[in-house]
Amino acid sequence: MQQAPVQAILDPEAKESRTGEGAPAVTLSGAWDIRALETRAKLLNSHLMSLAADSGRQWDLSHIQRLDHIGALLLWQAWGKRRPAQLVLAPAHEVFFSNLDSAAAAPPKVPFDPMRLVRTLGARVLLTHEHFVGMVQLIGQILIDTFGMMRHPLRGPWREISASVFRVGTQALGITALVGFLIGVVLSYLSAEQLKAFGANIFIINLLGMGIIRELGPVIAAVLVAGRSGSAITAQLGVMRVTEELDALSVMGIPHTVRLILPKIVALAIAMPLLILWTSGIALIGGALAASSQLGISVHSFMSGLPGAVPTVNIWLAMGKGVMFGALIALVACHFGLRVEPNTESLGIGTTNSVVTSITTVIIADAIFAVIFSDVGISLS
Amino acid sequence: MNPIIEVEGLWTQFGDHLVHKDLNLTVMPGEVVSLVGGSGSGKTTLMRQILGLEQPSRGTVKVFGIPLHGSKAQMVQKIRKRWGVLFQQGALYSALSVYDNIALPLRELRAFDEDFIHDMVMLKVDMVDIERSHAAKMPADLSGGMIKRIALARALVLEPELVFLDEPTAGLDPDRSESFVKLIRSLHQKLNLTVIMVTHDLDTLVSLSDKIAVLAEQRLIVYGSLEEAIAVRHPFILNFFLGERGLRALSAVMGSDKLSPGRS
Repeated sequence: MQQAPVQAILDPEAKESRTGEGAPAVTLSGAWDIRALETRAKLLNSHLMSLAADSGRQWDLSHIQRLDHIGALLLWQAWGKRRPAQLVLAPAHEVFFSNLDSAAAAPPKVPFDPMRLVRTLGARVLLTHEHFVGMVQLIGQILIDTFGMMRHPLRGPWREISASVFRVGTQALGITALVGFLIGVVLSYLSAEQLKAFGANIFIINLLGMGIIRELGPVIAAVLVAGRSGSAITAQLGVMRVTEELDALSVMGIPHTVRLILPKIVALAIAMPLLILWTSGIALIGGALAASSQLGISVHSFMSGLPGAVPTVNIWLAMGKGVMFGALIALVACHFGLRVEPNTESLGIGTTNSVVTSITTVIIADAIFAVIFSDVGISLS
Repeated sequence: MNPIIEVEGLWTQFGDHLVHKDLNLTVMPGEVVSLVGGSGSGKTTLMRQILGLEQPSRGTVKVFGIPLHGSKAQMVQKIRKRWGVLFQQGALYSALSVYDNIALPLRELRAFDEDFIHDMVMLKVDMVDIERSHAAKMPADLSGGMIKRIALARALVLEPELVFLDEPTAGLDPDRSESFVKLIRSLHQKLNLTVIMVTHDLDTLVSLSDKIAVLAEQRLIVYGSLEEAIAVRHPFILNFFLGERGLRALSAVMGSDKLSPGRS
């Protein structure tokens, strides 16, 4: 690069001129580097193109104050990717043109693939199959580990389980309470209007009690936990894959299913039914408060009417759902977490897929429960 | 000539832990400066402060004569286009292919067409000795050495005047690391770059740097040529340069007679 600390740096310019012998020439001056060209590249490019159209010209680059690869490449492209016959160049600037010849070589084209659609479809099918096999393997491994843990209960990952219960259960109390309360209030307001029209005010207890305890409580808690803990589990396992922590566990002979996955599944299976009870309870309180303001049913009579309206078996059903949902969420989250490849994009995709899949799975499982237990705990005594 | 980097009266404190205490550093254009120091001495922190990624507790950092903290965002943005940074792990965007990684800074300028960007990317790929067939690959499919080279190509694509290298040869085998050093040296000569480098590798340090800045006791205990640095009696310097490994690296570039009085 030309050292010109005192002389002011001028704008890049290309002027038509004449050589000493009177032949047509182009004289370039000023700074031809990225700083100057950033704003002027498009304008200068068309100007250079028109100058380069006359191939007989001499190009005098010796007055250029600054040059870099950007400037050199701009000129090179204007010249049609070859050196002009007559070129005057400062020796210090030679380096910027030295390896341009090869830059022009075209990249290998990707050949057209007529079977692309079929291939994509096939890949999808294989992927689904892979997910299925992976899930079955994971469940199998977890079962083997569980039997192993039962045989040597002292060597079980109890500390991890208790830490996970705290993380997925205790720390989720706030958000589930808030959402549960609001759902209870909304539902109560909504049905109060309808029931009032039929003069069936007292049935608000049956409606809220059955709806919340049997269906809404479990599903809301499960969706919240899937979004909150499911994504966290996937991201945690994914990051451990990216940072090779999973591999470090493997080479130490510590099976990650026992230390990482089993505790999460057990913890969610324990915490989920409790969270469901909590969510349903708070939702009923919300519903009762709204009912007392809308329908004039006191909170006390609401609560004392509940046992008559909702058979106790519904609570056991909800808890059973909770165990199932918790295990499913953890299983799906771990499955997707283990599939994350060591790059950031895969981590993002894995987490999204995990949450979407676990919520879908929970709702499918809920539908299956509803069909199987359709005649359990519904009939009024 | 005006200095490219001026660090004046820099203090850094993390909680109760004092990292830098009244640290001063001036880098002139065209110099290759190496920051060395024990682990935890704040080399990387200092570099991140010069890059504007972290803010010092006290003191000013000026790059190209413009203070990084307290200047207008536009001014700082302009500085950022004039430097290139090679991160320790390369920091290639894993969602983008090698080609798109290198093309990204150029595309962000919105000044050049795709044809131009293509040629420019290929030029840089050639410059760092990467085969063009690798351009379509994703960073996850490449080895550590290649990732470093491609990250260097990305750092150089905007023709920076100032280049930061964080542990440029860490994690490379000796052969690769030597060719990487050669590459940086030839680029430095060709493009007249100013280079700031953090390194633990003595061979890299000895063969590249014009000046060595030794960080210890919360400040620069030495800032000067290699000879000046090893002349200072300080436990870190004795250990680092005049230990067994250090002597081996140093004896390759300077006579062993010069070194012997240093060992006391």
